[in-house]
Amino acid sequence: MGLFILRRLGVMLLTALCLTFVVFFLTNLYPNLEKLAKTQGNMRMSDAQVSSWLDSRGYTQPLPRKYAEWLGVAPGFTSTTASGEQIGRCLRPGVDPDKAPRFCGILQGDWGYSTVFKEPVTEIISVRLSLTAKLMFWVMVLMVPSALLVGVLAGMREGSRTDRSLSTASIATTATPEYVSGVIFIALLASSRFGLSPILADAGLIEGKTLFKGTATSAMESANFENFFLPVLTIALYGMGYIARMTRASMAEVMTAQYIRTARLKGVAFRNIVMQHALRNALIAPFTVIMLQLPWLLNGVVIVETLFNYKGFGWTLVAAAGNNDIELLLGVSVVSVFVVLVTQLLSDIGYVFLNPRIRIS
Amino acid sequence: MEPLTWFGAYAGFFGSFLAVFATLAVLAGLCSMLLALTDSSPRGSFSLFNGIAVVTLLLVGIGYIYNALSPSLSGGMELAALGKILLGLLALGVFAAMLGVFMKTFFDNPAETMGSLFALMLKLIGLTAVAWLGYTLLFAGAGFRDTLASMDPAALPTGEELAQQKRIATMQGRGILASIFMRFLPVWIALGLLFALSMAYKRKLGLYGKLFDNAIGIFGFFLVMFWVFTALFNGLFDMIATHGPLDQLSGMKNKVPGTPLRDISEGAYPFYLLGGDNLARDVFSRMVTGSVIVVMIAPLATLFAFMVGITLGLPAGYFSGPALRKGSLGMIATGVVFGLATLAALVWGGLANFLMLAVILGMLFVLMFRASLDTVLSFLANLILAFPVILLFYLLVTPEIVETGLPQYMAIVLFIFPIVFAGVLISSRFQTDPGKNRFWLMVVLIPMAVLYAVTINAPDSQINLLGPLDFFNPAPGVLVVFVSVVFVNSPTVFRIVRGLALDIHSRDYVAAAQTRGEGPWYIMLWEILPNARGPLIVDFCLRIGYTTILLGTLGFFGLGLPPESPDWGSTINEGRKLLSIYAHPALPPAFALLTLVLGLNLLADGLREESLKD
Repeated sequence: MGLFILRRLGVMLLTALCLTFVVFFLTNLYPNLEKLAKTQGNMRMSDAQVSSWLDSRGYTQPLPRKYAEWLGVAPGFTSTTASGEQIGRCLRPGVDPDKAPRFCGILQGDWGYSTVFKEPVTEIISVRLSLTAKLMFWVMVLMVPSALLVGVLAGMREGSRTDRSLSTASIATTATPEYVSGVIFIALLASSRFGLSPILADAGLIEGKTLFKGTATSAMESANFENFFLPVLTIALYGMGYIARMTRASMAEVMTAQYIRTARLKGVAFRNIVMQHALRNALIAPFTVIMLQLPWLLNGVVIVETLFNYKGFGWTLVAAAGNNDIELLLGVSVVSVFVVLVTQLLSDIGYVFLNPRIRIS
Repeated sequence: MEPLTWFGAYAGFFGSFLAVFATLAVLAGLCSMLLALTDSSPRGSFSLFNGIAVVTLLLVGIGYIYNALSPSLSGGMELAALGKILLGLLALGVFAAMLGVFMKTFFDNPAETMGSLFALMLKLIGLTAVAWLGYTLLFAGAGFRDTLASMDPAALPTGEELAQQKRIATMQGRGILASIFMRFLPVWIALGLLFALSMAYKRKLGLYGKLFDNAIGIFGFFLVMFWVFTALFNGLFDMIATHGPLDQLSGMKNKVPGTPLRDISEGAYPFYLLGGDNLARDVFSRMVTGSVIVVMIAPLATLFAFMVGITLGLPAGYFSGPALRKGSLGMIATGVVFGLATLAALVWGGLANFLMLAVILGMLFVLMFRASLDTVLSFLANLILAFPVILLFYLLVTPEIVETGLPQYMAIVLFIFPIVFAGVLISSRFQTDPGKNRFWLMVVLIPMAVLYAVTINAPDSQINLLGPLDFFNPAPGVLVVFVSVVFVNSPTVFRIVRGLALDIHSRDYVAAAQTRGEGPWYIMLWEILPNARGPLIVDFCLRIGYTTILLGTLGFFGLGLPPESPDWGSTINEGRKLLSIYAHPALPPAFALLTLVLGLNLLADGLREESLKD
């Protein structure tokens, strides 16, 4: 087991290196740098001005060198402009240039400086990530129990009317991407002129103009049912169908097992068979699915945070990518790749622990 | 001119029926739910609504405790409100129990009785809807005839004016929904023909015929074919859409569904059926035209992803030894490709890049003598899969990246796989018959190679070698979108094919083929692949749906296709900006995308069920 984890950690490290290098390569292509120079400096810069702007900030160094600087295995770039002002990778506004460290990369714990938000990347990511963690927590609270419930109910009597209707419903939720369900929810529940809200408001059933809020910006400080339920529901719904179907398949398989038949023949009540004998074994497979779902939900998070204007991690990804904010984008990709790989690892380990057949052999 | 109503002139009569049925259905449904809540029949089932009630109570309870512990965190939601919900749920439970006791005196099994009443009401609602549609379509012009009859014969309009007035009056009689139904008339006819023929000959049609035994599969197939026919009729014959997707008509900005045009020119469709969008374009026409883009790109991109996945996945699952052997053809080929890549880096990338690439590729080359092909390819596939899709799109599809020509370079690599696949497929089959082999290779590969060249080549880009010979150029942005979607999809296909190949590899018929002395590629493509077709067909359907979702995602973030493009993702993106005020421009494309993807998923489900039966 120890060797397995070590091996996986090695592969993870290699994957992370490769991926960050790909991101680094793509963000450092010349047209992207040109865009960066124009947004940071002046929109009307000539080509010569652009290249001198890039030169003076070390963007035109060879790619491996720049990557090594970002990693922290090569000393950070420094130069002096014509006006005698010192510029360097490791220099931050308001810090004495002489006191700045020579190396400043990931290995030194310095993730760089965002050119869009004018803040250190570590700070942005930690704030944004905590906001997204809040969103994800409520998504999990809503999604996992309801998906398991739907799956168990559908799987315990395979082929029944309940099974067919619940299975079709789960297919429908997996067929509805977040940008479709989100738009439908906003239109039906959060529009002051369309859908349910005007009817409810006329009847005096709701106090405000709309039942829910179409934006979740206020949920960043204080989340409540009104401003947070729609984004949570939108993400949860898309992931729910998949987990439910997995649970259903594994429940249906367990229900045909010999020991369930034995229990039924002994006259154990159906409720007890499901609750005491089948559930535990049926929930092993969905566990892995739920773990692997986490990174997959990241997509939904990006879409929903953009749609509902909730300034979390996904929103930051879009902002960083849209403005070619190289270091922020790298930080974002490191974190997301880390999430993906760690969940894969955890799901493998968890599977071994949950499944006695593998644990004992 | 009067705007169109949703249900037309005859809504009232059928509407009252519908209202009665709907009310009964809601009541029966609620009753059966409530009764199931307190179901204590001897079966002692762990019923659906028991479970839902428990989970809801738990969730509300958690929320209550969470609020009580940290009122500052949750802000607006008051304790009292949650308390009310709790009380309400309890009251509902008590009411349900009483209802159960009350109903028990009349029926043996009240929950079931109410359930079947609910089902009956649903059927009646469906019948009423059909009756309404038929009646409306038949008698839509009747009102106009009455008006004509009551008018002074001398003042009657004549000729074209009469025809125009009659047309408008008929439409007003139909209303929006029935008018939309009429616009789709060619699609209904085609669907009717297709389904009638398929049903008649379903015993002779293999898996496709068996699909018609499965209700869910039929419904999915119906949805899919609806959009396919819509795209066909609209793309080829310009039939379904009422206006051009880019036509902006004055006075139609953000107008609600059914608004008449300000001035009706000769022959133009006089209404915006689903309203106008932010730029005064017809929402209905844009939705219909958008289907052409999706129906063209999604299946083709999925097919390409399958070619890539199959061509790489089969050998990864089949060969278990090291990827390269000394002196083998594979070693020479890999060496040449790697050498060319490093040389290219030296010429265009500078010394530092050359050194780095040389070290990386050299290490990979040495590694491939130790590790299996599977290890190397799986690592690469996992690398792509570890990327969040949207990040990948933002890195690949921005205008700046398109300027560098990167999508075209990726197309060079990805589009070669169908050619390789076809070449290997043919040459492994006709290995013993060189004449036939050469003939078929020429017939298939030459057109493919020409298509390959003209697709990759584009004027005013990094790759423009053909110049005037380039006779085919996809619309702007389409190639980029296509390549990125293929790139995102192929690793998953690779993993599926690899898994299937690993599984089938140990079957007896593979061993038999090996004993016969068949080559590895013959076994892979003519023994393993046909036997893996079931899961692959199912996944193909699912994956077209996923590709549609990906295309929508690209449009939603405004990547790839130009912003005025009528594809569903872009229209949703356009519509969502004013969503809380004008909901109508965003909803039709959203529902269109939803129905197509739902159809594909249901179709895949039906196919899976039917293919598992034998």
